[in-house]
Amino acid sequence: MHPVELIGVSKSYDKAEAVLTDIDLSIEEGEFFVLVGPSGSGKSTLLRMIAGLESITSGTIRMNNKIVNHLPPKDRNLSMVFQNYALYPHLTVEQNILFGLRAKKVDKAEQQRRLKETAEMMGLTDLLTRKPKQLSGGQRQRVALARSVVSEAPLCLMDEPLSNLDAKLRAHMRIEIRRLQKKLGLTMIYVTHDQVEAMTMGDRIMVLNDGQIQQIGKPIELYNEPANLFVASFIGSPKMNMGQAMIDNQHLIIEDTVNLPLNVAEIPQVIKRKGITVGVRPEHLLYAKPEEANLFLEIINVEHLGHETLLTFEVGTQLWTAKWLGQWMLEVGQRVPLKLLTKHISFYDSQSGQLMQAPLNKSQLEVVAL
Amino acid sequence: MTMSVKRKVLLYLLLTLTACIVFAPTFIALMMSFMTSQEIMTGQIIPSSLSFENYLEVFQRFPLMRYLLNSLVASLLIMLGQLIVASLSAYAFVFIDFKGRDLIFFIFIATMMVPFEASIIPNFHTIRDLNWINSYQGLAVPFFAMAFGTFLLRQNFKQIPKELKEASEIAGIGDFKFFLTVVLPVAKTSLLTLAVYGFLTSWNMYLWPLLATTDDRYRTVQFGLRQLQSQEQLNEWGIIMAGAIIVVIPTLILLFLGQKKLQQGLTEGALK
Ligand SMILES: Nc1ncnc2c1ncn2[C@@H]1O[C@H](COP(=O)(O)OP(=O)(O)OP(=O)(O)O)[C@@H](O)[C@H]1O
Ligand SMILES: [Mg+2]
Repeated sequence: MHPVELIGVSKSYDKAEAVLTDIDLSIEEGEFFVLVGPSGSGKSTLLRMIAGLESITSGTIRMNNKIVNHLPPKDRNLSMVFQNYALYPHLTVEQNILFGLRAKKVDKAEQQRRLKETAEMMGLTDLLTRKPKQLSGGQRQRVALARSVVSEAPLCLMDEPLSNLDAKLRAHMRIEIRRLQKKLGLTMIYVTHDQVEAMTMGDRIMVLNDGQIQQIGKPIELYNEPANLFVASFIGSPKMNMGQAMIDNQHLIIEDTVNLPLNVAEIPQVIKRKGITVGVRPEHLLYAKPEEANLFLEIINVEHLGHETLLTFEVGTQLWTAKWLGQWMLEVGQRVPLKLLTKHISFYDSQSGQLMQAPLNKSQLEVVAL
Repeated sequence: MTMSVKRKVLLYLLLTLTACIVFAPTFIALMMSFMTSQEIMTGQIIPSSLSFENYLEVFQRFPLMRYLLNSLVASLLIMLGQLIVASLSAYAFVFIDFKGRDLIFFIFIATMMVPFEASIIPNFHTIRDLNWINSYQGLAVPFFAMAFGTFLLRQNFKQIPKELKEASEIAGIGDFKFFLTVVLPVAKTSLLTLAVYGFLTSWNMYLWPLLATTDDRYRTVQFGLRQLQSQEQLNEWGIIMAGAIIVVIPTLILLFLGQKKLQQGLTEGALK
């Protein structure tokens, strides 16, 4: 039994253009499911359809094996946190939190019990008598969260709840939300356009673009084996280095400038020889001793992040980035020796954008299972 | 921006001057209401002594109390009626999705172009056929549905984020409850503006009470004032002015009270 299941769901607002096409998705109980995609990709629309705030054009939505296509929001037993928090400006924090419970005629003692518990959990105890406009952004956000938690609905929907906060508070709230979700055993559907948020919070991620599912999977899967060029460039920061390539006589030629010897037998799934796009993660563009290097590139920019250094190179028409741990004192214009291994390269079909061959060893050394 | 002193002086001088011009008729009326007829004839502006005779006279000679009461009842009725009708219709135009909503709203707004005077005859027929001549409902009901009020409130309701409505829907709060517990309190500034506006326009109305009432028991103050004037061959301006001042007082009180509340409401602001 799945708390939420979408089968062939489509949506168009004006009958002409489809905002979402053919969404198939099932969400597990107690799962933190993240919907990620660029602006306008239809994330909010999808969430609002699950909430019942938006009609669906075709397809089926099921909740706990029951078809809910026409069920009004109040009967779906869910709570929702809106991007702008949607707090009632004329009510105090306490009244805001209890607003829904009053409507559901939960008895007074029970209301107070839940209020006390939630306010303590959210650190809102001292703010209960304030109006929303007397709160900071982070506090408002906690009130919005509290309002959803207090309803004790098993399914919680969140639409970019952190986008109005500063970076530090956002990092903090990410952990808070995640912890809360685990503690209460909520099934969470969380919308964001920030891939870092998606990677750090999600049990599973769905990448959406132009109303179409690009890939669904665990964060690590999406990172290691992006199913197409869109996901490859969307997930990961700095983004994956890409380049047009062809294979010629046991050599891989990237952007007409890089020439690497290659054992074609190692990459059996790459049947094409032309029209290939290769992708390399920045951490796989390694520094090598000059005698071991198979690639020499000129630095055009250096960024020091403290614990790591980002270097930018020009490869044909593309800019490539390397991410090296530690502090590297290098100058712009310097040529550095690099090592690029076949086993770290992903191969895509340039035309369809689909993955042909994932990196052979998915950073075996980096993945540590405990 | 800081203004130079010279500019400031000039600006305040201009403001004072215009204020004087605007206020002059009221001031003269107030002064005249304290004068005897003889004094008025001499063309004085400042009375030599304050005499409240005109005020006593006006109450004795005319059922002014009755008129005031009638005006108050009619104006309050109209005010309440307008608030209820306008807020409910504005709610429907903003929060309820129905086919042809924008078209209907457009037609609704277009009725603002039709002056009340143009519909006064049909209204009169309706009221007469309902046997509402000489009644409060006859005075008030034709003014309940007013496009302006709906328009004003719709503009205001539109500023309420639709997420508030959606959050209520998820919480299981119906339209009417949402209207009462969220929309009305949030929009109370505009409701107040509309209330004050509605009260003042109905307090000052003249033509409709003239038609819809034939009996002194239901006549309103504006009509009463007119009566003061035509009764004598020689107008007793002192008495007329005293009447006018009395009629203006409730309006002023309302404006003062309203202003304070309005300012309060305006500073409340910010929804997010
Ligand atoms: N009420 C509406 N009527 C018509 N088109 C709409 C409506 N709401 C959204 N759209 C369109 O649907 C598409 C998807 O919108 P949606 O709000 O779901 O995007 P999103 O992924 O949430 O973007 P963002 O990250 O900017 O919030 C957009 O092209 C948008 O223009
Ligand atoms: Mg959105």
